[in-house]
Amino acid sequence: MTSRSSSNSRSPWLLAHAFLVFGFLYLPIGVLIVYSFNGEGVGGFPPHHLTLDWYRTLFNDGAIWDSVINSLEVACAAMIIALAFGVPAALALDRAQFPGKALFRRLVLLPLILPGIITGLSLLMLFDLAHTKLSLLTIVLGHGTALISVATTEVFAGLQKFDRAQEEASLDLGANYWQTFWRITVPNLKLPIIGAALLIFTLSMDEIAVSFFLIGRDNTLPLEIWGRLRRGITPEINAISAIIFLFSLAAIVLWYRLRVKAEGSVEVGAELLETQENYTLER
Amino acid sequence: MSSITTSATASALDSPRDPASLLSIRSIAKSFGSHTVLRNISLEIGQAEFLTVLGESGSGKTTLLRIVAGFENATSGEVWMHGQRLDRQPPYKRRVNTVFQNYALFPHLTVEENVAYGLRVAKHPADEIRTRVHEALAKVKMTAHAKKKPAKISGGQQQRVALARALVNRPQLLLLDEPLSALDANLRRQMQVELKSLQREVGIAFVFVTHDQEEAMVMSDRIALLRSGELEQVASPREIYSRPATAYAAQFIGHTNLLKALVRGGIAQCGSLSWPVDLPDGSAFFSLRPESLRVIIAGSPSPGSLPLQGRVVHQAFHGATQLARVECSGGFELTLRTARELNDGIIALEFSPPDAIPVRESPERL
Repeated sequence: MTSRSSSNSRSPWLLAHAFLVFGFLYLPIGVLIVYSFNGEGVGGFPPHHLTLDWYRTLFNDGAIWDSVINSLEVACAAMIIALAFGVPAALALDRAQFPGKALFRRLVLLPLILPGIITGLSLLMLFDLAHTKLSLLTIVLGHGTALISVATTEVFAGLQKFDRAQEEASLDLGANYWQTFWRITVPNLKLPIIGAALLIFTLSMDEIAVSFFLIGRDNTLPLEIWGRLRRGITPEINAISAIIFLFSLAAIVLWYRLRVKAEGSVEVGAELLETQENYTLER
Repeated sequence: MSSITTSATASALDSPRDPASLLSIRSIAKSFGSHTVLRNISLEIGQAEFLTVLGESGSGKTTLLRIVAGFENATSGEVWMHGQRLDRQPPYKRRVNTVFQNYALFPHLTVEENVAYGLRVAKHPADEIRTRVHEALAKVKMTAHAKKKPAKISGGQQQRVALARALVNRPQLLLLDEPLSALDANLRRQMQVELKSLQREVGIAFVFVTHDQEEAMVMSDRIALLRSGELEQVASPREIYSRPATAYAAQFIGHTNLLKALVRGGIAQCGSLSWPVDLPDGSAFFSLRPESLRVIIAGSPSPGSLPLQGRVVHQAFHGATQLARVECSGGFELTLRTARELNDGIIALEFSPPDAIPVRESPERL
């Protein structure tokens, strides 16, 4: 009891600092959500009466929902492409010795550091050269290639923590290399792979820079929102943002649960949040 | 039965075509780049023999084990089992199973599923798998933990599961890579006894790798002492203790006094001591075990023994016995084992010259 109160009284400044930081991070989101229920629309704080009208208009807004579906399609497809190329690349980086490995590692990770504008512009030029018509497909290819590096780094980190003796034990017990890969290696990489998939999905969902260059006739959700913002903020946008926020939160909680259940530890959940934030900041 | 086989293999060490031999390691060498880890290792392992590969860290003992298991390829040499070339086969085709140093249990599978792994991969029928897994878990007293994940059981229990997982496949040879090193001293002693009796019960050959000489002495039928990638001596614990071949073997297995003497005309001279030997002229090393030195309490030394005098400088209590360091005239120190504490001061000692075992000098190697 005494030790607890003393440790609390030692850090009033730390506490105040924490409150400020969290306020800075989450107040805007809070305001956004509150406005989505505001009868007067954007402006007029504090709200005088609450309403679900904006959500009603949102649900009747066909263009928004088309863009949501487009974004979901793009995110799923990009996830498959990025994993299909990223996981083997991680395995190669972890296991294989080949000339030019250091260069290969840098090249794989380069899109992570490269500004989205450059990636988008160069892909645009490529598609132009190939006489490919811009469409959702070009966005899928853009997101897919740009996010391979995310899959590679996540899975590579998982491989680094993985005890190779398990694979030897499997071989020792009579499983061949193929059986060992599917029965031992993949189940042990389940979390990094799911983590990478979720990360790629969310990054693709809110990607603007690359999409901007590769967009055809169909909009993705961020571009739709961005396009509408040019005509002024409408509370409808607040409503869709609030829904997105809720879904992201649910995804994070789901992921956290999975990870805690699998590893019986709470710290690892925080680790993912950390990497996710790093990626978001970098982009 | 096992003791007969053991003595047979021990006496027939030099003949690689020994019918009782299960595994035959022939002139194995291994280098990683320019670094040589193993040099010309030849070793026969008998059916149902408990052989310990003993050596310090870096002696190459784990590499030798990994070559037999199939995780490393030897640079040269061959490994044969039952008249078949083993070292050309991938690990999953060898009828050899391993207990890994950190057990390497599969964390995503339960204890039961871990043990069933080998049988499932080999596609045995489901009810056969169930019975055999149950038997194996019962043998290592882990039935109660069958449904748990490896992370939820203790180190000693993981050890038992690793054993069951290997033995359930009924290998002809079990390799154990320092399996007890992660356990604390008490559990370790208990597991030494259990492992040994388990080996007798299942009646297959164990190749056990350790750096602990006491462990090696307690458990083994034979010890293969490895030093810097070469075999120093291969013999039963008793033989290696009473007749060490080299100075290194004498010092590594138990305590000893290493005497450097000069032999001239059949007489060995070390400080003020001299005794008759059957050796050519030149310098020679002798190993004299601490228990070969006796304190003369009263009167004259027993006939045929060599008397000497020394001053007690240090005594260490070891339970039933104690080790005393005695500084002798001539400037060398001897360690002797006594039942009781000695009085400080000058004491009279004696030893029988045949107890000073001539040993080869162990040259420095990289």
